Amino acid sequence: MNRELKRVSIVVMLMFVALLSSTSIVQAFQADNLSADPRNTRTLFDSYQIERGAILVAGEPIAQSMPADDDFKFLRTYTNPELYAPITGYIPINGEPTGLEFALNAELTGNSNSQFFDKIGALVTGQDPKGAAVEVTIDPIAQQAAWDALGDYTGSVVVTEPATGRILAMVSKPSFNPNLLTVHNNAEVTSSYDALLANEKDPLINRAINSLNPPGSVFKLVVTTAALESGKYTPESTFPNPSVFTAPGTTSEIKNSSEGTCSAGETVTLATALRLSCNIPFAELGLELGDTAIRETAEKFGFNSNYSIPMKVAESTYPRGLNDPQAAQSAFGQFDVRATPLQMAMVSGAIANGGVVMAPNVVQKILAPNLSAIQTFEPVELDRVMSKETAATLTAMMINGVQDGAASNARIDGVDVSGKTGTAQNGSTDPFTLWFTGFAPANDPQFAITVLIEDGGGMGQTGFGNKLAAPVAKEVLEAVLNK
Amino acid sequence: MGRLHLPQKLRNLELFLLLIACFINASAVVLVQLGALGKLDPSLVLLGAGLSVLVISLHVVLRFVARDADPFILPIATVLNGLGIAMIYRIDVADQQSGWDSAAVRQTVWSALAIFSAITVLLVIRNHRVLFRYTYIAGLVGVILLFLPLVPGLGQEISGARVWIRVGSFGTFQPGEIAKIALAVFFAGYLVRNRDSLSMVGKKFLGARFPRFRDLGPILSVWAMSMSVIIFQRDLGTALLYFGLFLVMLYLATGRLSWVIMGMGLFLGGALLASQTLDYVNGRFNNWLDALNPDVYEARGGSFQLVQGLFGLAKGGLLGTGWGQGRPELTPVPQSDYIIASLGEELGLAGVFAILALYLLFVARGFRIGFAGQDDFGKLLAVGLAFVVALQCFIVIGGVTRVIPLTGLTTPFLAAGGSSLVANWIIAALLLRLSDTVRNQPRLVV
Repeated sequence: MNRELKRVSIVVMLMFVALLSSTSIVQAFQADNLSADPRNTRTLFDSYQIERGAILVAGEPIAQSMPADDDFKFLRTYTNPELYAPITGYIPINGEPTGLEFALNAELTGNSNSQFFDKIGALVTGQDPKGAAVEVTIDPIAQQAAWDALGDYTGSVVVTEPATGRILAMVSKPSFNPNLLTVHNNAEVTSSYDALLANEKDPLINRAINSLNPPGSVFKLVVTTAALESGKYTPESTFPNPSVFTAPGTTSEIKNSSEGTCSAGETVTLATALRLSCNIPFAELGLELGDTAIRETAEKFGFNSNYSIPMKVAESTYPRGLNDPQAAQSAFGQFDVRATPLQMAMVSGAIANGGVVMAPNVVQKILAPNLSAIQTFEPVELDRVMSKETAATLTAMMINGVQDGAASNARIDGVDVSGKTGTAQNGSTDPFTLWFTGFAPANDPQFAITVLIEDGGGMGQTGFGNKLAAPVAKEVLEAVLNK
Repeated sequence: MGRLHLPQKLRNLELFLLLIACFINASAVVLVQLGALGKLDPSLVLLGAGLSVLVISLHVVLRFVARDADPFILPIATVLNGLGIAMIYRIDVADQQSGWDSAAVRQTVWSALAIFSAITVLLVIRNHRVLFRYTYIAGLVGVILLFLPLVPGLGQEISGARVWIRVGSFGTFQPGEIAKIALAVFFAGYLVRNRDSLSMVGKKFLGARFPRFRDLGPILSVWAMSMSVIIFQRDLGTALLYFGLFLVMLYLATGRLSWVIMGMGLFLGGALLASQTLDYVNGRFNNWLDALNPDVYEARGGSFQLVQGLFGLAKGGLLGTGWGQGRPELTPVPQSDYIIASLGEELGLAGVFAILALYLLFVARGFRIGFAGQDDFGKLLAVGLAFVVALQCFIVIGGVTRVIPLTGLTTPFLAAGGSSLVANWIIAALLLRLSDTVRNQPRLVV
């Protein structure tokens, strides 16, 4: 029997070897992967054990961790929650964070590489580890003005500083209250979240960086830039001025928004076409320039590329491989051209900044718990899109648009405003998308502003950019210029 | 009786180890209190001290009735039992349970009862060959106990499996745990009596000698019994345990691999069939193979528990979070089926290795009796009992760490559960008795 017993002993040994191996695999080799699993609530609980850094606007916290008397130790609390939700995002106990809470999670929890030595220091001195605070570039006056001016529209307002790319205001409506999503109760979080998801106006979307709409006439700024930079056109270049235009190879007609010619005369200048925002001259210009030249300019402005502010921004697109009718449509921002409000803010920001597009950014500084700056964000030039002269020419053309053109409702007494409106179609019956983009003061641009109003501003196909979007921009500019 | 004057070297070693075991157990409870409560609470220490008194009384009993018994078995059982109580207590703290609601208090009381049963076994059974006489009665008792939970009004279904009976207001009892001892006795006795007909005759085929058809009776009966456990009691683990036990003992008695091949074929065939036809078996297989798949994870009866256990183990890493510092309560049933994941979280891989080493040593002491023994019944019984502990560890811990599909069984000595504790302490007592007789062969002439 002992021979058999020996064999059974070997089997038992093998069983234990299997257990020693399996526990080693789980606890040593797979441990990191398992800890990184988003379903791992232990990791989540751990992340709550340290005091997460605050998010600050002009030194005042808009997101901070308050001591809580439960397993999580800290409750993430948002001040002025709906106003700042597009910036802060939220960090739920049972899901992924969003906004800056997600983009700067490592810094806020104190786990970024630059905080490594602080962490060691805290271990040695026995202090509780603490995350870094994040100071954002948002100007509370601009943010509040943008929030108020946008009223009940579904849409977004973005205000930037042209010379630096700093984002001074970023409003998205309708907004939501992140405090509802950070309570320490799974069921409550889930029901609030489901309610927000079910809301057909998508309050959880930050429209400033994630809503892609046809830019319509505001895209004419990009086409005009391409034309002037080509050297073949000046503001005085002329185009045939029919009341109906049919691009070669198609039967579909292009009309001006006036349904007639673009001002009087056999021909119309580029300056007038932009000032009155006529579609036919731009369709003609687009066909002459070709889609490649327009795409190259658009890409210099930031179309067709990904960037982060440090939240990820949806990619604005100018499509490839266009045939003539499509190129004609694209020249006034229709067909498959799509832009985020932030992208259009970069376009007017570049014109305001003498032709150089700056990297947009919402973070000013990252501050260690002792308030020393770990990291300060300096302005970054992305690209020179156009010469200084072209920028000056465009600025003058845009001033005319506000003074005596299609963007007249953005006029402010005593200040020159450069601007361009847009009224984009979303199919034959859907409500328009309304735009304004521009900057002020035109001679020394301090603020670039882009207004997006979705869903026709509640007016279906009867509202237009100058009627709804331009007044919003005017109100915000007045508030920031007078402060 | 001259031997009373001889120095009891083995017993002195046992006492020394036992004191260390008691010290480890007390330290564990104190560390749980410091880690999870942040203060010392003397109430449980009293209960623990009572337990130490009991195991030391068991030791004293051994000095009189089994003075040459193996010195490692009792300390190992003690330390495993104590670590289990400490972890169960730790979960109680997390769940804010106290008094009679506290699983740790109940486990301590059950431990006392179990150790008392062990003492009784040692006092009553002075010679293991007595059990040989009751082979068939043991078999009958085993089968009755096994199927008791199916009796209407008596059986209790908990999380799908029907393996419990309700005992008054005292709680539930898993008679299958005791059945495994009775069946081990029956298998040992039956196989010693019938090994010749099972091993000698039969036709040779493909190099192995296969048994005659009429000798297939026993293996088919045990197979049918296991399958009915799978089907009616919905308990894969218990079925695997009994069938594995029988197969190993059959192989030891007959020395014929063909039995093992045939048996494994039968069981795998049955399990495969069950996995196709029975939802709960099929679910267990899916959870095992594809645990991290979100669909499997979210499904009802899916891999949520398994994955939570893995998260706990991963959190523990190499050295663990320390007693009271982890979050084992996030895993469902952290104090019974998943106690090894809870221990792994707080004691780390190092702690799990130590526990596995203790089990291995316990099993090895049982096998040692098998190697040194002179009578086949004793050898078979000792190895069978030791193997049942090893197999049970493998099924539970292997299930938690995804070596095999997860099936509900208790981790011997560690997991919360009275019947399991009583059964395992009786196994320890029987091994102590057997090891004593092995060292006293000359006196064993019956």
